[in-house]
Amino acid sequence: MQGEQKSVRDLKIGEKGIICSLSDPEMSLKLLEMGCIPGEEVILNSRAPLGDPITIIVNDYTLSLRLDEAATIKLKA
Amino acid sequence: MSEVLAPAPASVPRATTAARTAVPKIALIGNPNSGKSSLFNHFTGLNQKVGNFPGVTVDKKTGVTNLMPSLRAQVIDLPGTYSLYPKSLDEKVIIDLLHDKKAASYPDVLIITADASNLKRNLLLFTQLADLKIPAVLALNMLDVAEKHGVKIDVAELQQELGVPVVPVNARTGSGIAALKILLSQQLEAPRPTFFQIPDELLVMVRQIRYYFELSNDYLAWHYAHQYQKLSFLSEDDKEYIAELVKKYGFKSNALQAAETIERYTRINGLLLDAMRVTKAQNNEQFSNKIDQVLTHKVFGYLIFFGVLFMMFQAIFAWAAYPMDLIDGGVAALNAWIHTLAQGPLIDLLTDGVLAGLGGVLIFIPQIALLFAFIAILEETGYMARVTFLMDKIMRKFGLNGKSVVPLISGVACAVPAIMATRTIDNWKDRMITIFVTPLMSCSARLPIYTVMIALVVPETYFLGFLSLQGLVLMGLYLIGFLAAIFSAALLKWVLKTKERSYFIMEFPTYKMPRWKNVGLTIVEKSKAFVFQAGKVILAISVILWVLSSYGPGNAMQQAEERATAELTALNLADADAEAHVAGQKLEASYAGQFGKFIEPAIRPLGYDWKVGIALLTSFAAREVFVGTISTIYSVGDSENISTVKEKLLAEKDANGQPFFTPARAFSLLIFYVFAMQCMSTIAVVYRETKGWKWPILQMLYMTGLAYASAFVVFRLFS
Repeated sequence: MQGEQKSVRDLKIGEKGIICSLSDPEMSLKLLEMGCIPGEEVILNSRAPLGDPITIIVNDYTLSLRLDEAATIKLKA
Repeated sequence: MSEVLAPAPASVPRATTAARTAVPKIALIGNPNSGKSSLFNHFTGLNQKVGNFPGVTVDKKTGVTNLMPSLRAQVIDLPGTYSLYPKSLDEKVIIDLLHDKKAASYPDVLIITADASNLKRNLLLFTQLADLKIPAVLALNMLDVAEKHGVKIDVAELQQELGVPVVPVNARTGSGIAALKILLSQQLEAPRPTFFQIPDELLVMVRQIRYYFELSNDYLAWHYAHQYQKLSFLSEDDKEYIAELVKKYGFKSNALQAAETIERYTRINGLLLDAMRVTKAQNNEQFSNKIDQVLTHKVFGYLIFFGVLFMMFQAIFAWAAYPMDLIDGGVAALNAWIHTLAQGPLIDLLTDGVLAGLGGVLIFIPQIALLFAFIAILEETGYMARVTFLMDKIMRKFGLNGKSVVPLISGVACAVPAIMATRTIDNWKDRMITIFVTPLMSCSARLPIYTVMIALVVPETYFLGFLSLQGLVLMGLYLIGFLAAIFSAALLKWVLKTKERSYFIMEFPTYKMPRWKNVGLTIVEKSKAFVFQAGKVILAISVILWVLSSYGPGNAMQQAEERATAELTALNLADADAEAHVAGQKLEASYAGQFGKFIEPAIRPLGYDWKVGIALLTSFAAREVFVGTISTIYSVGDSENISTVKEKLLAEKDANGQPFFTPARAFSLLIFYVFAMQCMSTIAVVYRETKGWKWPILQMLYMTGLAYASAFVVFRLFS
């Protein structure tokens, strides 16, 4: 984890974080459209029984995404 | 209010009176789950048509509505989208339409639907559309839901901020529709405010594009710069022109798009400060979350899901059987009745050719209707998103999608509705893979062949007193089909290349009661689409097959009939068997019989003779026809009775006087039918769903190749 920035992937269920940046330029376009804007709060809402995908709450609604997609949403320390 | 309009080229119409004289065109556009389709259904009811957008597998739903008793309007339902920058092929349809003023269905006015309980995200698309300056109305849906969550929206204030009429609607009950219609029957102006300012340093480039293409506003030109490669109406020269500009000015599409989205959200947050008040900050999703704790639970979640699948399976397998029998019986009765009225080759063509083919199309409607009733309910309630969520990780390993589960399982009943169900898969590659492998699942039409062949060569013994050996073999066949589907999918995952990136990122909708009107209209729409699109191909092929098996070269058929009739007295057969004997001799003399003999060299390595060859050809109409043909060719009078069929087939001898249907031959046939694409209806529906012959032909070659190779191996192994 040294030097690795924390991402939505690392949140525990119910834990909150503030979006800092989106690391995948192409995917960031989709995430931005869906309301994952830097500065917004995210909460990890649930995990699928097999651990992947997950659902997060952002902008007052629930969004589901895969873990590798969640890993591109970097959080403020 | 006086407003100075930006100078625009003279050719640009502003919803002029000239456009009004024709039937006005209204386009519905909005986020997925914003009530867009419900609104469309309220506007058009049964007055809707499903066509195609050119070149893509996206349904184009259009309908007609009366805005006033004397004013009709055409309504078009566009695919749900989150923004004007398309991320999927479905969404690309939207920019092809809205960015091309010359498009035949270019709308005069937009109805933009928005979910009030999720207003911020819904307004992103709105602000993009507003910047395109197409006259628009905002239909604000689900205000009641928003209010329940403690969100109060000041509609008058919002209207002021957005610069377009805002109409509160309830897409469930239809309230607000009347107000919308009144508004739409008036002259609407293009939205005034501009929500996004194009960066100054790029304005020169944008203006160059704008004037070159004579566009009405800068933002449209800005989109040309971003998406010129995706716009199918631009010529290669046009694209080249933009490409050079983009290069010259160092236009970084991705970074600019990201910045635009962030700027828009900032702007939206600002305008919502006045127009929206959140009274109690609470988690909107509590109720849905509680249900999810059960429905996506690691044990109960899967149990419930398999319960739902089982119900669906029962419905299309068992419940659909009753209406299907009725259709079958009805067509047979109609044919018999026509035969009592008149006789002759033309009457035969009408009854045994056309009407039988028509029956072969209609017979699918019960299964399609039932499956889509289930799917519509799953989609409407929001459960489909949970299915995807539960199954995604497993299915992804095989190049499939969480949503592939429903088509795959439905394929066990019938591939035709199952392939139609792949529409719910947004991603092109995942959808193609699912379509490709679904026919490998053993469908109910294979069951008669399985039953007869197993009865023929597998002894009726039991393991441990209750495990039937025949049952185990049957299960094995289903399992082989399933494994073939899964592994073919994994294979295709590597073979298929796509430019489109696959995302899973999707809204997890809250649970809702299904809107039954939508469910009903989905059923009607899907049945119509099947009958009118795939139905044509099925009808054509079945008439051809009928001609092939009813006519022969020269007077071969007549001679065969005379010869067979002459033999009858010597054979001393029962009535039914006598009839079958004549029919069998005639079939041998027909073109189908010729075909069987023609392909015999090719199928001999699999252990088949020309008689099986005929059955391979005729069962192309539907696999279960195999049993009927085999009965005819081996002169079985009563083909309904399996033990009679079995007796006859067992008595069949090969050239050396040994029984023809050895285990090797029977297993070879079984495996052949597990894999082979022996179904014209599936081919027709794949053609319809993929909009071309490429996929059905590839699929047919792949499946037939697999069937041939496996049958060959099995025949060698057992003999």
